[in-house]
Amino acid sequence: MSSTHAQSGTGTNYLNCTKGMSSWLHTLDHKRIGIMYLFTVLSFFLLGGFFALLIRWHLFSPDHHLLSAGNYNKAFTYHGAIMVFLVIIPAIPAAMGNFVLPMMIGAKDVAFPRLNLFSYYIFVLGAIIALCSLFFGGADTGWTFYTPYSIHAGTTVIFVVLGAFVAGFSSILTGLNFIVTLHKLRAPGMTWSRLPLFCWALYATSIIQVLATPVLAITLLLLIFEQVFKIGIFDPKLGGDAVLFQHFFWFYSHPAVYIMILPSMGIISEVIPVFTRKPIFGYKAIAYSSFGIALIAFIVWGHHLFVSGQSEMANFVFSLLTMFVAVPTGIKVFSWVATMYKGSIRFNAPFLYALGFLELFTIGGMTGVFLATLAIDVHLTDTYFVIAHFHYVMVGGTLMGLMAGLHYWFPKMSGKMYCETSALISFVLIITGFNVTFFPQFILGAQGMPRRYWSYLPEFTLLNQISTVGSWFLGAGFLFSAYYFIQALRKGEQAPDNPWDSKSLEWWSPSPPPVENFLKDPVVTTWTYEYRSAKV
Amino acid sequence: MIFSEALAADSLPIQGSEIAARWDHLYLFLFWLSVFFFVLVVGGMIYFAIKFRHQKKHQPTYITHNHLLELIWSVIPTIILMVIFVWGYSVYHAMITPPDDAYEVRVIGKQWFWQFQYDDGRMTVDKVFVPVNKPVKFIMSSEDVVHSFFVPNFRVKQDVVPGMYTSVWFEATVPGRHQIYCAEYCGTRHSLMLADLYVLEPEQWIAWKAGKKLTGISEAGGGNPPSSGGDLVDQGRKVTTVKGCVACHSDDGSPKVGPTYKGLFGAKVELTNGSTVIADENYIRESIENPQAKIVKGFGPVMPSFKGLINEEEMNAVIAYIKSVK
Repeated sequence: MSSTHAQSGTGTNYLNCTKGMSSWLHTLDHKRIGIMYLFTVLSFFLLGGFFALLIRWHLFSPDHHLLSAGNYNKAFTYHGAIMVFLVIIPAIPAAMGNFVLPMMIGAKDVAFPRLNLFSYYIFVLGAIIALCSLFFGGADTGWTFYTPYSIHAGTTVIFVVLGAFVAGFSSILTGLNFIVTLHKLRAPGMTWSRLPLFCWALYATSIIQVLATPVLAITLLLLIFEQVFKIGIFDPKLGGDAVLFQHFFWFYSHPAVYIMILPSMGIISEVIPVFTRKPIFGYKAIAYSSFGIALIAFIVWGHHLFVSGQSEMANFVFSLLTMFVAVPTGIKVFSWVATMYKGSIRFNAPFLYALGFLELFTIGGMTGVFLATLAIDVHLTDTYFVIAHFHYVMVGGTLMGLMAGLHYWFPKMSGKMYCETSALISFVLIITGFNVTFFPQFILGAQGMPRRYWSYLPEFTLLNQISTVGSWFLGAGFLFSAYYFIQALRKGEQAPDNPWDSKSLEWWSPSPPPVENFLKDPVVTTWTYEYRSAKV
Repeated sequence: MIFSEALAADSLPIQGSEIAARWDHLYLFLFWLSVFFFVLVVGGMIYFAIKFRHQKKHQPTYITHNHLLELIWSVIPTIILMVIFVWGYSVYHAMITPPDDAYEVRVIGKQWFWQFQYDDGRMTVDKVFVPVNKPVKFIMSSEDVVHSFFVPNFRVKQDVVPGMYTSVWFEATVPGRHQIYCAEYCGTRHSLMLADLYVLEPEQWIAWKAGKKLTGISEAGGGNPPSSGGDLVDQGRKVTTVKGCVACHSDDGSPKVGPTYKGLFGAKVELTNGSTVIADENYIRESIENPQAKIVKGFGPVMPSFKGLINEEEMNAVIAYIKSVK
């Protein structure tokens, strides 16, 4: 691979080609749309994080009662709904994917740029509708909207549900856009077997987005119909079936878990080879395992319903199938560690976050096996064990991947370098804060403390306090990283075109890239992971 | 092994039931397995990170894959996972399969309290009394939203769903008080939907059955005295009279407009569409609330729905009564 390595920080690029707010709002450039998603998602992350800190502060003591029961229930509802629908699902595909995917395959843009901008606007519209509910009293159903409670919970829940419904279309259309882009716009020489693993991961993710999200849309629409027109679908009082909703909901929301984690795994697969100076170990196995996970994702939703009254036979099958998720997941984890073997490793922030990912995700994955095991799940489900498990997966997995990607592509996106020392401090705060916050919750759950509890028994006090203190470090870590990123944007060092000496196509382009992405059309002649020597 | 048990004692609730010990074994197995894989992955990661850190004149080795290694780390986890699955299922099967002679208590979840109906017609709220070392089955329903009945000391949990019956069973081994939680979010006061489960020694159990005050258990008392409305079967019989059920359903086997109660419970019922069902709690409940759903062969679809006309307590009593007509 012969990249030009031209240092062209002074020419026109996608950031300075046109000026003014309206040039952003009307842009069809995937890079600008990616950046707009990124800022939007990070704003929601701030809001969701605010609710998280509020919840933890409230739980500092069993009878602290910072919040009333009603307000506490709203706080966890908005924390969950915002983080899931407005942060974790769109963060990597819509923000990072939009920016990076076309560049990684040597394309000038995504296949449907107009549709891409439209996706962004319906995402924002959905978010606005959902958050409007805050001004009408707020919803208190939890992000899962379980019936029949959600049917009687008042009309505010309709806003949240409608918002999630609308935002879902953004997810579907983005998935569609990526699939077509990957099929039609790969540069000459970018064969499927040379495709970067982040692109493979986004492909698998897109399939889930396109196939599963409509089910959520239908479910949410049925819920709205039932509330407004009193048609009995999910409410037994109207002749409906309460558990049916849970089936519909998880038929989407379980695959959604992989919408959240697969792109993050893709980023880890990019970062590890670059900073170990080695080809990714088991390229094919990692690529195929993404599809293995995507496939199994559709047939394991019932593991959320082990104690719902579902039949023993169904539980048997869903538990068995769920076990198989662990196999491709394990393959990926082992392959990443093996990639480090006999490498020449540098500890820049992206790699630190990859290590953080491996640590947290291993815990998240192993505790997933606990919950897949039928008998064990009976005691642990709906307790803090589940809370800890999915935070280890969602934060430990998705957010660590997002942070790795953010640091990794920041020089390309902004043309500036962030401060490594600050990034190290922030990383230590986040990883420590995270473990202190969530590890005690495994023990709380095993001891039997149920989730979504406004008050709790005194014997759970100490572990809750440790958890709350941890959340302060976690919050501080994220705030500090916001600070040094802003500092870098304002007065960071000019970034070279390829600061990490990466072999991937997006680094062929200047930092920041021109509107057309590349100064001359790239032709790919080798595999993406041809790392043969240490960075000099 | 000793360390393992100490760990269980520290981080898990007491073993208050037969199944708890089996549960704890599997849990600890998974715990140590996780420790092993954590050390393997994270330990390996840290070791590689240090050993292969960037150093001058040190070049990486070009390795792309190793089929044998990849086969090993695909196959071995698969085998381990299958062992876990089978083990987990076998404990689960025991957990949800009560013996036929289990003592039955009806549980009704309501926002935000638990109500318990006993065979002798008594009712208690937010506390329930069961005998030690005897299998006990709770037949549960909800009057409003989904709740979940959770006793950590027994390692059992079961959602309580409106519109249907679910059940949970256990054999308590430790007398005294055990905490009951609602584990499925059910609204504003979800976290206050707590109750006490009292496991009684044999002599206490006899005293409780006789309606005597129990010493040592605060003001636990004995619930509503059984004299008020007769036992649960009597209450159910009364409901069938008052609601007019007896006009169409006999209790002596004679056919009327509808099928008889005699010998119904637990029997195989043939339907007009040719299929058969077992007449259990959920079948009878459905036949009362939505009579057109399953029409018994030889009868017409003429019964009106009693949905909303019969409350959870009455439903429990009616089913107990039908169950008693053998």
